[in-house]
Amino acid sequence: MKRVYLDHNATTPVEPEVLDAMLPYFSGDYGNASSIHSFGQKARSAVETAREHVAALIGARPQEIIFTSGGTEADNHAIFGIAESAAPPAHVITSTIEHEAVLNTCQALEKRASSVTYLPVDHNGQIDLAILRETLRSHPETVLITVMHANNELGTAQPLEEIGRIASESDVYFHTDAVQSAGKIPIDVNAMKIDLLSLSGHKLYAPKGIGALYIRGGTRLRQLLYGGHHQRGFRPGTENVAGIVGLGKAAQIAKASLATDAARVSKLRDQLEQALLQRVPDSRINGGGATRTPNTTNITFPGIEGEALVIALDLKGLACSTGAACSSGAIEPSHVLTAMGLPADGARASLRFSLGRHTTAPDIDFALQAIPAAVSQLRELSPTYRKEAKAEAHS
Amino acid sequence: MSAAARQPQRRFPCTGAGPLRPFQQTRSAASVSSSDTIEMHMTTEAPFDTLPVRDEIATGLVAVAMSGGVDSSTVAALLQEQSRSVIGLTMQLWNQRRLPELQGDGPAQHRCCSLDDVYDAKRVAQHLNFPHYVVNFEEQFEARVVRPFVEQYLSGRTPIACTNCNTDVKFEPLLRMARQIGAERLATGHYARIRKNESTGRWELLRARDDSKDQSYFLWGLTQEQLARSEFPLGELTKDEVRSAARRVNLPVAEKPESMELCFVPNGNYVQFIEAYSREGGNPLSNTAGEIVNEEGIVVGHHQGVHNFTIGQRKGLGFAAGKPFYVLSIDRANNRVVVGDDESLRTTTCAIEQVNWIALENPDGPFRAEVKIRHKHLPASATVEPLGAESARVTFDSPQRAITAGQGAVFYAGDRVLGGGWIR
Repeated sequence: MKRVYLDHNATTPVEPEVLDAMLPYFSGDYGNASSIHSFGQKARSAVETAREHVAALIGARPQEIIFTSGGTEADNHAIFGIAESAAPPAHVITSTIEHEAVLNTCQALEKRASSVTYLPVDHNGQIDLAILRETLRSHPETVLITVMHANNELGTAQPLEEIGRIASESDVYFHTDAVQSAGKIPIDVNAMKIDLLSLSGHKLYAPKGIGALYIRGGTRLRQLLYGGHHQRGFRPGTENVAGIVGLGKAAQIAKASLATDAARVSKLRDQLEQALLQRVPDSRINGGGATRTPNTTNITFPGIEGEALVIALDLKGLACSTGAACSSGAIEPSHVLTAMGLPADGARASLRFSLGRHTTAPDIDFALQAIPAAVSQLRELSPTYRKEAKAEAHS
Repeated sequence: MSAAARQPQRRFPCTGAGPLRPFQQTRSAASVSSSDTIEMHMTTEAPFDTLPVRDEIATGLVAVAMSGGVDSSTVAALLQEQSRSVIGLTMQLWNQRRLPELQGDGPAQHRCCSLDDVYDAKRVAQHLNFPHYVVNFEEQFEARVVRPFVEQYLSGRTPIACTNCNTDVKFEPLLRMARQIGAERLATGHYARIRKNESTGRWELLRARDDSKDQSYFLWGLTQEQLARSEFPLGELTKDEVRSAARRVNLPVAEKPESMELCFVPNGNYVQFIEAYSREGGNPLSNTAGEIVNEEGIVVGHHQGVHNFTIGQRKGLGFAAGKPFYVLSIDRANNRVVVGDDESLRTTTCAIEQVNWIALENPDGPFRAEVKIRHKHLPASATVEPLGAESARVTFDSPQRAITAGQGAVFYAGDRVLGGGWIR
């Protein structure tokens, strides 16, 4: 069966060039980057080269990058690290549409005497900067603003430059989860006045299990893990050399190809969107009014269960997704779409298609064959869609 | 008193799915008697080793409702052996992390909807190499099964959650989703049988061949459309045959123990569950204490809430008496539990509501049937008098012990289910 993958926001394939770069570090050049001898030096050199590439992708200095096990660890480290190095109780500002890695970390903070404000978003998934300003406090003191760059479900990007300016004017640390934007839209930690930034390898054509946290020089941050002196003691644990090399290579490729990828992928995404709006009655784009990552579209098909549509499409060979999946793999109503003001049934009727660097025009044609047919198959057996259609016919 | 001691000794065998007998074995099928619509004394039918083949089911995609247990896993294996195109669906029904006060330390024990069961279902699908998906029906399950279950207990009735789950979840949104994704039918591991009666044109539900496993009692709510779209491949098999089929195809769950507990109630302690669920919903059940009275209305003890009791219960009445006392009735209006001796538990008639007719289509007069009033009850001869389309009165030939409001009453003619309803 032909299979087309439009779920690159969930994960991406490891780029062949990335894999090639990694392979020597599993069994040939297997040294521990902390060792003094030549085996260790070879590994160290590879790690430091990778650090330079990751730093270059976001306009940072290499010594401001630490490698982590992924985006979740980076988010935890940034949020706990800042909140818990301040004198308690601390106040943290975030948004309602963050990834669970941020939301659940903030909820854990709340159980540890800190307070957290969750900023609402508008129908384009944007926080209101005026509300952000009003939310800054001195008692207890706001120590951190953590607002994601691009949203994983919608692709919509928050105005990081403005948020960074507000944070810097108020002398509050600013963390952003850039897992979904890195390599897709330009990031400059200095222009955006970002103090901490999370990255994940596997959203960037590097492997799973590797990520990075950017920490602006001079930032006071409590460490998350305790152990040896690796990575200046910031992040103990023997370095995952092959993974780090992979992330470095992926960052290097992303930086070089970002502009051309963005132009090509956004054109395919727009074609997919326009054709679906035409061919599927009543369909609506979510967050289309905001700046978005070039690869993501989120569409509501009223009258269907997103979960059933994902399964129906998978059986036809098209991989896409609804909101976040829970531990069993079952789908939960999207907190992002609900926060944007979609009613529960609208949120459940929404799907995300996320294209990748290697998505082709024939892939989009395949999707355009599969989706309208599957939606009408579902709607035929949908009690709610028939009701809605009838109600409209009578009005 | 410990929570365990207060708990009535009733268990609710829920079902995942069951095994299949190869259809060629049933191919000799006799047609169904044409005269058995609303006749009396339909109890002498031929045994159903002669079920007609449902030729039309041999084509098209079939979705298997997979609980992760041996029964539903074997259904998938047997359907696949018949060259059917199979997909597996596992329902996520209840968040096991809710009601944390009911949780022990560490990962949840083996129960329906636990991650272990989901993974077991996935392992089976991988082993047999067919697509498998987990689908979320938590909202529907809570609204249609859990909340009514709690409300019924609090109103002094003894509900059967499995019947609600079958009628309102498995064979409703799950069946619909199965069809939406392209399946013709939904197969489950229930031990029961379905056939089309060509002379009446009705889809019929029949007891399983293995009487000890029969689950037709929990399926009386299925409509004609639901029956037409469902398959119970285990209906012709015994549990032993199912296990051997599972072993024969090396199912990873072949030796998995059977789950006999209500899937959403940890440890089977439903009193604790009702209290925790009510507390979570902002109703701490603080004023549920009341009196235990005898048939003359004399107070003989006190209780902590009518949800602790079910009709016929002897244990946990909380007072010592010379001769055994049993719960005769629950008077919710006065928050009283009425007790008496075993003899007073026996009654002859009961009113049935929300009747669903299966083999019969709106019968217009009284008929004879064997009526089963709880899972472990031996069906007893009775006259069933339809009262309008959705109610009935059952009059047993001899008094039955502990007819309990909230349980199902299922009308049988031999192996056929004529219909059923809730005992009022």
